[in-house]
Parts: sequence; structure tokens; C-alpha cells
Amino acid sequence: METSEITKKRIADFLKEGKRFDGRKLLEYRNLSIELGVSNKAEGSARVKLGKTDVMVGVKMDVMEPYRDSPNEGVLSAGAELTQMASERVESGPPGFDAIEVGRLMDRGVRESHFIDFEKLCIKEGEKVWTVMIDFYSVNDDGSLIDAASIGAVAALMNAKMPKYDEKKEVVEFGEWTTKKLPLSKSVPVTMTFYKIGSKIVLDPTREEEDASTAKLTLTLVEEDGKKSINASQKGNEAGLTMKEMEEIFDIAEKEYDNLLAKFEKAYSEAEKAKD
Amino acid sequence: MSKYTKRFDGRKFDETRKIKIELDIIPNADGSALFAFGDTIAMAAVYGPKQLHPQHMQNPSKGILRVKYDMMSFSVTERKKPGPNRRGMEISKVSEWALADIVDLDSFPNTVVDVHIMIPQANASTRVAGLNAAVLALARAGVPMKEMAAAVSIGKMDKTLVVDVIKEEEDYEEGEGATDIAFCFGSRSKKVLLTQLDGKISPAELKEAMKLGEQACSKIYEMLKDALKKGVEK
Repeated sequence: METSEITKKRIADFLKEGKRFDGRKLLEYRNLSIELGVSNKAEGSARVKLGKTDVMVGVKMDVMEPYRDSPNEGVLSAGAELTQMASERVESGPPGFDAIEVGRLMDRGVRESHFIDFEKLCIKEGEKVWTVMIDFYSVNDDGSLIDAASIGAVAALMNAKMPKYDEKKEVVEFGEWTTKKLPLSKSVPVTMTFYKIGSKIVLDPTREEEDASTAKLTLTLVEEDGKKSINASQKGNEAGLTMKEMEEIFDIAEKEYDNLLAKFEKAYSEAEKAKD
Repeated sequence: MSKYTKRFDGRKFDETRKIKIELDIIPNADGSALFAFGDTIAMAAVYGPKQLHPQHMQNPSKGILRVKYDMMSFSVTERKKPGPNRRGMEISKVSEWALADIVDLDSFPNTVVDVHIMIPQANASTRVAGLNAAVLALARAGVPMKEMAAAVSIGKMDKTLVVDVIKEEEDYEEGEGATDIAFCFGSRSKKVLLTQLDGKISPAELKEAMKLGEQACSKIYEMLKDALKKGVEK
């Protein structure tokens, strides 16, 4: 269902008074819950629920020849399928731009944050390296798929075990795993997409709120040695953002990084406990 | 004597894996459900009946049913390339034919009902798990139906018939090897709504397999019905 112009206006009017339909504060995320190991065929997988938004992300691995410019590094590929199961809006046929955008932003966040230690994924320099394939599927779309995808990707990577590899035959033994985890950095990347609705900035919009927004800015942040850095960013949608708005968003991002990371870590450890 | 005397997972020959049902898992959908045979999991969402665009595709005498089946890339040990492939398109179509026979298409002319089936985790028998999930989702969406349906896979390992095939059984190679048969039966009419077979089996054995399939489907149907009753009471 398309969101009506009246609803969009009302969302913007409410926000002027600092209010949202569901009673949240402007920068407040919805309830976050994570489920790990949703496919026992994946190297790692996670289901992430952000309010009514529900997504699944899985990690599969294989061995391939490295790219020439990085002969001693593993390879990353990430993509997203916005399923018709998750929303009536998704048309059949090849992936629309929304799906490409989610996949690209998920890819960029993981890649540029150096979350995966790709040098440790080299088997034989110039000949064999691991490739890590991250796939996203929407289950129920109630907005904020970009942030949900990033949370899912991080959780699925943290959940991933290295597959068995037969060094003599130089093939992956599919369906068998070692006890080794995927080599990851301790600094967890956090992706936040800021949405501008009217003159206000909100985080984690519902589908209606997302429809009411005119611009968005996705940022991936990492904290290393107590210092935060922005490792990936992309502005989306038609309206521009003033430099003042951009600066405001950077400031908020630095603060909100801690909140979202804490929320993620809590949900992840609860998911690990539930799995035991 | 058959070489397959004991199942890989210790089940009785006519026993399905543990069945798990969850209703209303997708809030956006008009009806939705999860159905699992052990670690084979299917999710289904139903949208409609709704207006069909473009208008020239509408049928003024009866409604249209569209079914789409797909597996998530990480649902299998060797990653499946995302998006539709020939296998998925065929399963979608035979599932659509199966469900078109039980949905009362005459009661919603000019409109369409979309059924979307996704498999997040697979250990064989995904199309039949998907059909069971779809039947539940259709019922939850309140789509008019002439009868219900249930689906199951029947295998022949060497000379032994088994209910609800797992991957290891699909790959069984001893004796006569493995034959894998999918069945979907109407709950009242007992008509065969879907069947597909790969392998090698005598006509007499196939008759046996069909009977076994019908018995298993009757039991599964009772479970679907119970779950829906509980769903209504809730």
C-alpha cells in the first residue's frame, strides 16, 4: 500500500512537535531481536527483527582465484533480495533499485570498515583465496531495511564458522565445518541511516515514515582505540541536505553509535544464549 | 529383501519428521505461515484477492492465482544463486496448478491472489513443505477454498517405501537406488493435485507409494486443521 499524502503530512506535522506515531523519540530504534543459525546449511546466518521489520542474512563461502590487484586477500560479495513475500510493493522481475541499494550499502559497510580480515582468508597467494558471500532476504518490510541488513550482516558474519577445505584436492567440503570462526576485527561496524522528514532527522523509520522522508544519509561508523571514524557514507533520495544538517548528523552519529552498538551487543548475546 | 532396513535418522518408514507450524509470521501479508518438516523450513505469504494490473490481464469470469517458490541462497550447502531459476519456476507452476484446484477462483473474478513461498533452510522435501505453508497462509488470508490440501514426499530407497524424504535418502545409491516422489492431495476429494517423480519404480510400487502418500497427507491435514483452529481461537 502506498502511503497517502495526508499521512505523510501528518507524520511531518507530528515530528515538528517531536512526536512519532508509535511514541518513539526521533533517534530511537525499535525493539531489536536477533536469532542466530537460521539456516544450518549456511556458514553463518541471522534473522533480525526491528519492530515489525523482519530480515534474514546468510553467509556462504567458497574458494576461488584472487583478484590480480589483491593476490593475498579473500573476496567479498554481498547482495540483497527484496522478496515479494515481504511486501506487496515489490514487483516481480529483476531486482529493482531498492534491492540493489540495500545490497550495495551492506557491502560497503562491511568492506570499508575492514570488519573481515581478508589477508587471513588467503589459502595460497595468487591462486586460492576464500570468498565470503553475504545474501540478504526481506521477510517483512516495515522500513529501515538498510540498517536491518547491516545488523544482519554483522551478526551472520560473527556467527560464521569456516568450512572444511581439502588441501590435496583443493576443494571445499560443502556441508562440513571446522571449529574456527571467520577472522573478524573486534571493532564492530555500525550502520545508521538518517532520514529527513520535513525539517527533522529521524532514525529507524517505519515504512510510512520512510515514505514521508525526502532525503536520507547512510553512515557506517567504526571505533578503534577509542576513536570513531566514518568508513562509508551515501546520501539517497531527491532532496539535498544543507551543510549544517550534515554536520548535525555527524554529531548525532558519533553519539548514537554507542547506543546502537550496545543494543546490538545485547541482542546478539541473548541470541547466543538462546542457541545454547 | 530391501537393503534399506533402517532410516538414516531412525524414523519409522511411515513417519514424517517433526512438524512445526507457525501462523501469521508476516504482518504485511493478508495471510502467512511457516511449515517445517524437521529442518526443512518453508514460509508462505498470501496477498489478495486484490486488483490485477494491467487491466487486460484480468479475467472477468474468475480470479487468478499466482504462486512463486524460491530458495534462499544459504538454505543449501552449495550456495544457490539468488533469484529465479528453471527448477524454481517449474515448482512454482506445479504448485500453482495444485492450489488453483482447491481455491474457489469463481468467487473473486477480476482479481488476483499472490502466494509467495520462500525456503530459508532445506533438507529435501521443500516443495511439499512449501505447499503446506501455502495452504495455511491461504486459509489465514480468508481466501475462499473448496477444500484444503496437504502435501508430502514419498521415497523408495532400494525396495523400501518411506514417508518424508531427507537429503541423505535422496542421495541413496544402494540396490535400486532412490526414487523421490512429491504428492499433494485434496483433503476431501482425495484428488492428486501435484505429483512429480524422479527415479525408477514399478507401476505396482507407485500405486503403493500413492496410498502411503495419501495416508500421510490425511495425518498432515489434521495437523494443519488443528493449527488453524487454534489460530482462530487465539
